[in-house]
Amino acid sequence: MVEGRILKVSGPLVIAEGMREANMFDVVRVGDDRLIGEIIEMHGDRASIQVYEETAGLGRGDRVVSTGAPLSVELGPGLLKNMYDGIQRPLSTMFEKYGPNLIRGIDEPSLSRSATWEFLPAAAPGDLLGPGDLLGYVQETEVIRHAILLPPGMQGRLLSIQPGTYTVTDTVGTLERENGDTVPLTLMQKWPVRIARPYREKLPPTEPMITGQRVIDTLFPIAKGGTACVPGPFGSGKTVVQHQLAKWSDVDIVVYIGCGERGNEMTDVLHEFPELTDPRTGRSIMERTVLIANTSDMPVAAREASIYTGITIAEYFRDMGYSVAVIADSTSRWAEALREMSGRLEEMPGEEGYPAYLTSRLAQFYERAGKVVCLGADGRIGTLSAIGAVSPQGGDISEPVTQATLRIVKVFWGLESSLAYRRHFPAINWLSSYSLYKSRLSDWYTAHISRDWDKQINECNSLLQSENELQEIVKLVGVDALSPTDRLVLETAQSLREDFLQQNAFEDGDSYSSLEKQAALLSLILSFYHKAQRALDEGASVQAIADLPVREKIGRAKSLPDDSYVLRYSEIGREIDAQLAALTAAEEEAI
Amino acid sequence: MLGRVFSGMGEPIDGGARIIPEATPDINGTPINPAARDYPDEFIQTGISTIDGLNTLVRGQKLPIFSGSGLPHADLAAQIARQARVRESDAGFAVVFAAIGITFEEADFFISDFKKTGAIDRTVLFINLASDPAIERISTPRMALTAAEYLAFTRNMHVLVIMTDITNYAEALREVSAARKEVPGRRGYPGYLYTDLATMYERAGRKVTGSGSITMIPILTMPEDDKTHPIPDLTGYITEGQIILSRDLYRKGCLPPIDVLPSLSRLKDKGIGPGRTREDHAGTMNQLFSSYARGKEAKELMVVLGEAALTPLDRLYARFADEFERRYVHQGFYENRSIEQTLDLGWELLSILPKSEMKRIKPDILEKYWPKK
Repeated sequence: MVEGRILKVSGPLVIAEGMREANMFDVVRVGDDRLIGEIIEMHGDRASIQVYEETAGLGRGDRVVSTGAPLSVELGPGLLKNMYDGIQRPLSTMFEKYGPNLIRGIDEPSLSRSATWEFLPAAAPGDLLGPGDLLGYVQETEVIRHAILLPPGMQGRLLSIQPGTYTVTDTVGTLERENGDTVPLTLMQKWPVRIARPYREKLPPTEPMITGQRVIDTLFPIAKGGTACVPGPFGSGKTVVQHQLAKWSDVDIVVYIGCGERGNEMTDVLHEFPELTDPRTGRSIMERTVLIANTSDMPVAAREASIYTGITIAEYFRDMGYSVAVIADSTSRWAEALREMSGRLEEMPGEEGYPAYLTSRLAQFYERAGKVVCLGADGRIGTLSAIGAVSPQGGDISEPVTQATLRIVKVFWGLESSLAYRRHFPAINWLSSYSLYKSRLSDWYTAHISRDWDKQINECNSLLQSENELQEIVKLVGVDALSPTDRLVLETAQSLREDFLQQNAFEDGDSYSSLEKQAALLSLILSFYHKAQRALDEGASVQAIADLPVREKIGRAKSLPDDSYVLRYSEIGREIDAQLAALTAAEEEAI
Repeated sequence: MLGRVFSGMGEPIDGGARIIPEATPDINGTPINPAARDYPDEFIQTGISTIDGLNTLVRGQKLPIFSGSGLPHADLAAQIARQARVRESDAGFAVVFAAIGITFEEADFFISDFKKTGAIDRTVLFINLASDPAIERISTPRMALTAAEYLAFTRNMHVLVIMTDITNYAEALREVSAARKEVPGRRGYPGYLYTDLATMYERAGRKVTGSGSITMIPILTMPEDDKTHPIPDLTGYITEGQIILSRDLYRKGCLPPIDVLPSLSRLKDKGIGPGRTREDHAGTMNQLFSSYARGKEAKELMVVLGEAALTPLDRLYARFADEFERRYVHQGFYENRSIEQTLDLGWELLSILPKSEMKRIKPDILEKYWPKK
């Protein structure tokens, strides 16, 4: 064990001497309070240590002890439904034991050592097992069956395995390695957070992640195993979008990282998620959620670690063959934590004071996402999707974090304050956002939703694009200067914006919209447009078409409940026909 | 402590006796465990329509006022301190007031206003004037927050913390940072400005372990009214919304000149609705927002093209926007409207528009509340 002495303290950075024997990224305990830190730079005898807790009270000459192990997370049953801080300490347990405020130097195991789990073996003694092979199962929550796998790097012959009730540290079986050593097997394993967990092969993503959000699923879809970012100025609804994704996405596991954000937002998640039911399983969505919270008043260095802690936990579930989504709010705070440490290390700054390695660190994070063939003999396929919010300063997306992120991720949902001011939510700009998965996913949509899918989306896009151009003209010369056809385009685009793209996260019927309902609603609006075009040709006036009472019904169609919308939509369809026919008939009579 | 005036370092400056301490906590505080927080959802009636109706304040929220030089933010803050009530109870809040680097006159305005209304008896003041040392400015808000935490979490009181002016605080922080030769971030402010502000703002809230709460209203003046300046920008990323004052409205004589469109309260959705305010609150709120936004667009168009170029509907919207500013926004600093008055006024203004435009309001609510003529 290496022991050194503190030489200098600067905020979360501590420099210690006498650390020659320590290794890069070793976890160290600093001072008499045994604060947790990590070595991030070695220079001869001196080590720079980022300390994950408030450093007030540390002084020169205080002891620094290396543990000799890198920063790791504990992986095993008990992760779900829990909330952890940036270095995976369980916040609820800490609240019960140490009171409502966070004090320093707490040592609390991530996974409860007293909770017991019912273990069912799936392998038999004598089996030859390799890394990632299945040992057995633990039913962790009603919806999630936690697969216990042989950790990466281990292989050999299984000597014994016993069903029964165990804590995470109890021995459930033993393995004989090729060199003859026997290793006890437990439900829990450890993994260093900065190293991506291995898999056998990466595959291109081909299936959409259905989020129940119309503007996302229809216009800018994300694939399972894909990456996306949500940049937006404050007040544009980033957090609501992220919460919506965490609530409604059709993935098996969600890891939600609150990175440098508000404490009340995490509390909101903690209070709200247990009450919400997953539309697919009918169970509380908390049963598939892991929360990582480093709120903005918690120490900065742990913010840097929180992202890695979260994605490592996500990879662990991916290795079981689940589809997992990591949602990080917000990666800008993580980048700022990097910047703060870099500044204190007196490194040469890159753009806007961010370190030059910002881009490569971001790329490393997002590259841990993907659709993979997991380790193990059965060739399970797991997906890990990563979605990061970005908080550009002043809403200006030309800043380094947004630009570095955009070079890596495939989906860009750009939030805009002007839309938010008009209470158009989600405030995703339909002209500047993009998804590079569109063409890859179009086969899936064509096969599962409708053959016209691509055509309808293109029409929707071109209507919104023409509206943008026509608005320019209207601003110059007024709406009267437009031809009736163009005015109909404006009316339809408005309807698309208000009746389709807008979605109220706080209204029960509207918060989640199934893909079938999205498709039906879109074709309802477009069919009105086509029929109105025909009526226009037959002499009806634009104003009369715009004033039709059925349009109000279209406006309310989005909040119809999932079980009855089919019937009501066809009724509305018939009303459209009837009212337009009446209009043209009246026109003919007038002539 | 209540009723007393202290310096920025916590020394009494009102000529009274020294405090005999019951506790001497560290003014830097410790972060609240998110698992121990209670979600703020109790409606606070401030008596100001634009806040109650559209940007609702709840107990335990941190809602800053973004202002500019020469705008009446002090009057607004004093009005909130005077009128803030939780419904079904007449008990006011204990007020902790931190003056950070403001002039004597501004500080005097608050003190005499509190004295005039008798609020001084439930107020603790920490005063750091512009002439006091800058370094004290860094401790002033922390002194005030520590006092607030004591009142809220040890004494179970409901505390309203008003801090003015955060811009002076950030300048003091920059001064100290420059003296320490630290690498500057944007506009010379230190790179840890976000973290530093967050450790103050995040001390607002409620805990599940007690009944007290800290509601925080920091006031900051935006240099050149620029919302993207680092101080308002970083504040906006931490706080739960913002109230923005507009120079245009002030020139038009709207008091308080709250610009409702960019203003926002993130916690409003949980604090309104049946049992808290009234069932029609959420719908009318969204409808007023979107109608006012459309009305303002129509008015801009009118400036370019003249009134004749507008469709009849847009003309109605333009009229709605005018009436909205004249009657809903403008109410003066001494009118105290109940939430029912605010909601009814909202309906009255919405009835300028045709009923078919009320797309944000549920049909049954629309039938029940739509004014019969």
